[in-house]
Amino acid sequence: MANSARPLAPGAWALSSGLAALVLGTALVLALHADTFTLRPAEWAALTFTLKQAALSAILSTLIAIPVARALARRQFPGQAAMIVLMGAPFLLPVVVAVIGILSVYGRNGIVNQLLGLIGLPPFSIFGLHGVVLTNVFFDLPLATRMILNGWFAIPAERFRLAETLNLGPSGIRRHLEYPMLREVLPGALTVVFLLCLTSFVVSLTFGGGPKATTLELAIYQALRFDFDLGRAALLAGMQFLICAIAVTVAGRLTLPANLGSGHDRPQTIRIPGRKPLILDTFFIVATALFLILPLTMVLKDGLPALPGLSAALWQSALRSLLMALTSASIATAGALALTLATARNAQGSRLIEIAAMLPMAASGLVLGTGLFVLIHPFVPPESLALPVTVLVNAALALPFLYRLILPEARALHLTYDCLCTTLNLRGISKMRLITLPRLARPLGLGAGIAAALSMGDLGVIALFAGDHNATLPLMIQRLAGAYRMQDAAAAALLLVVLSFALFWACDQGGRRAAP
Amino acid sequence: MLHLDNLELSYPDFHLSANWSADRGGLIAVIGPSGAGKSSLLMALAGFITPGTGRVLWQRQDITPLPPGRRPISILFQDQNLFPHLTIAQNLGLALAPDLRLNKAQSARVTGVLDRLGLSGLGHRRPADLSGGQQGRAALGRVLLQARPILLLDEPFAALGPALKSDLLTLVRDLASETQTLVLLVTHDPRDAQRFADRTVLVADGVVHAPTPTADLFANPPVALQDYLGP
Repeated sequence: MANSARPLAPGAWALSSGLAALVLGTALVLALHADTFTLRPAEWAALTFTLKQAALSAILSTLIAIPVARALARRQFPGQAAMIVLMGAPFLLPVVVAVIGILSVYGRNGIVNQLLGLIGLPPFSIFGLHGVVLTNVFFDLPLATRMILNGWFAIPAERFRLAETLNLGPSGIRRHLEYPMLREVLPGALTVVFLLCLTSFVVSLTFGGGPKATTLELAIYQALRFDFDLGRAALLAGMQFLICAIAVTVAGRLTLPANLGSGHDRPQTIRIPGRKPLILDTFFIVATALFLILPLTMVLKDGLPALPGLSAALWQSALRSLLMALTSASIATAGALALTLATARNAQGSRLIEIAAMLPMAASGLVLGTGLFVLIHPFVPPESLALPVTVLVNAALALPFLYRLILPEARALHLTYDCLCTTLNLRGISKMRLITLPRLARPLGLGAGIAAALSMGDLGVIALFAGDHNATLPLMIQRLAGAYRMQDAAAAALLLVVLSFALFWACDQGGRRAAP
Repeated sequence: MLHLDNLELSYPDFHLSANWSADRGGLIAVIGPSGAGKSSLLMALAGFITPGTGRVLWQRQDITPLPPGRRPISILFQDQNLFPHLTIAQNLGLALAPDLRLNKAQSARVTGVLDRLGLSGLGHRRPADLSGGQQGRAALGRVLLQARPILLLDEPFAALGPALKSDLLTLVRDLASETQTLVLLVTHDPRDAQRFADRTVLVADGVVHAPTPTADLFANPPVALQDYLGP
C-alpha cells in the first residue's frame, strides 16, 4: 500500500556502482589487455578441459546424488541428522584441506594404493582428469544431494499417503511423484555444480597440469606467475569470465539452492516396502559417508601429531588469514545489508541493485585478480597490495550469497514493521540500532560466518599476488604440499579447517545470541 | 478541525473521494463493506498513500506534504503495533524518544501510563509474554504517549474476544474525551459504531460520506448502508 517510488540511499548506489565497476571494469581491462583474440591450441585445450571436467563432475555428482538423497529421504537411522549437516559442510570447507585429505587417501602413498599393493595390483595415480573430477565430486556430491533432498522433502506427505491409498507401488510412486520432482530439481542442481566446477582453481592446481589437464584458471596462474605474459593471462581470464557469465545467466533462470548452511528440521520418512531397496540405500549411505569422512579423518590423523611442530611463520600466516577473513566478512556483510535494505524497500533502481549484487557470481577470484593485477602492476608492485586486494575480492565474491540469504528477511522486516517505524519517526541510526540490526541479527550472523569461512579458506587471488612474506594459511598449505612436506601440510590443513569452522560458528552463534 | 478537502484516491480499479470536516475530539466510527476503502482512507490520512488530488488539513494547516512521522496523527494497525524484541517499556518509550535514550521525566511518564492502563510491573516484559488484551493496552499506551490530536484505529482489536474488545474500546473512548483526541475507528461491526461512536462515517460506492450522528444514521439508513447491513 505504501508509495513504491522512493529515492535510493546514496550508499546503496555507490556500493552497487562499485561492484559493477569491479566486475565489469575487470572484464573491460581484460578485453583491452588481451593482445590477441585468436586462440592458440593451448588455449583451446584449456577451454575444452575446463568445460569437460566441469561437465563430467556435474553429471557424476548429480547422478550419484539421486540415490543418496532418496536413501536419506526414506530411511531413518541414527546419525541421519548429523549426516545431513555433514552434507552442508563442504560448502564451507577450504578446498586445500580437502585436497590434502584426498591426497592421503588416493595419492601415491595413500590408503587406496597401499590396499592395491597388498593384493598385488599396480599403483593408481590420482593426477589428471579423474583426480580433478574426483575432488569436484567430493565437494559437489553433498551439495547436489542437499538440493535433491530438498526436492524430496518438498513433496507433501499427503501425496505419498494418497499414493498409498491408491496402491500405486514403488513404480507408481516413482512415475507420479519422484520423476516430476526430479525433472524440476535436476536442471538447477546440474547448472549450479557445473558453475562451481568452472572455478575449481586449487583442484586443478593440485591434480591437473600438463597440456592435457590444464583448466583456464590454472593457465591464467601459469601465465602470470611463471611466464609473466599479461596479454595471454588477460585473454584466458576473459574467456573464463565469458563462460562463467553464460553459466550464471542460465543458472539464474533455474532454481538455486536455498539453504546451504543449516540442517533439516523436518524429518519425514517415506514408506517403501521390500528388502532390496534397504540394501541399496544402506550401500549408498555408507559409501557416501566413507567417501566424505575418510579424507577428513586422514587430515586429522596425519595432522594432529605434527601440529605442535608448526613453524612460527605458519602461525603468523594463520593470524594473517584470520584478520583478513574478519575484515572481508565485515565488508561483505555490511555491503549485503545495505543492498538488501535498499532492495527490500523497493526503492527506485532496486532491480539494478539486484543485478549488481549478483554480478560477482560471474567472476571468479582468479578473473578479478588478473584484472586487478593487470591494472595495478604499472603503478605499484602487485605483491605490496596482495592482502587488501584479496580481502576486497573475497568480500565481493561472498556478497551474492549473503545478499540472497538476507534479502527474504529484510523484505519481511520491511513489510511487517516499516509503517510502525514511520509513524514513530524512527529513522537513521536509531532505526538501525533498535530495529534493523536486532531483527536481522540471525541472517547477518550466519552470513558473516559464511563470508568469513569462505575468505579464510580461499586460495585464488592470493596465489596470483602473494610474495614470500605475505602468504595466507591456505597458500602456505599449498606450498608445503608442493614441497611434499605432507605431515606439515596436514597439520596446517587441520589448523585451517578448525579456524574456518570456529569462525563460522562464532559468527553464527553471535547472530543467534544477538537475535531477540 | 480535521478537513478533507476534495480528497481523491485513484487506482486503476479503485476510486475513493472524501470532502468533509470533523471537529476536534470525539470518536467517529468508519464503517462500510470490505474493499470499500476504509483502510485506504486511514493510510491516506496517516501519510502512507499520496492522494491523487485534494488536501488534508488540520487546524487550517495543509498536512498533505508531511511524512507520516511528522503529522499530528498516531495510528494503530490491525496488527504489528509493538516490536516483539523490545520490552513493553521500550515500545512505549519509542513514542517519546526514537533513540530510546529516555531521561528521568520521560521514564516516569512511561511508568505513569503503564499504571494508568493497568500494566503496572509489566514494563520489562516482551509483548509475547502478555495476553492479547494487555498487548492492546500497551499499544494504546504508546499512542497515548505520542499525544497526537488525531488517533486512527484500523480494527486493532478485531482479533480479541467481544468482552475484551469492548473493554478496550471503552478505554479508547474515555481517553479520547479526556485528552480531546479525535479518534477515527475503522470497524466491520455496526454494533461498535452504535455503542462507542457519537458520529459515524459510511464508506461505500467510492465515497467517504460526511460524519453523521450515529443514532440518526442507523435510524434512517441510506441505501448503501441498508445493503451493507442486510435485512
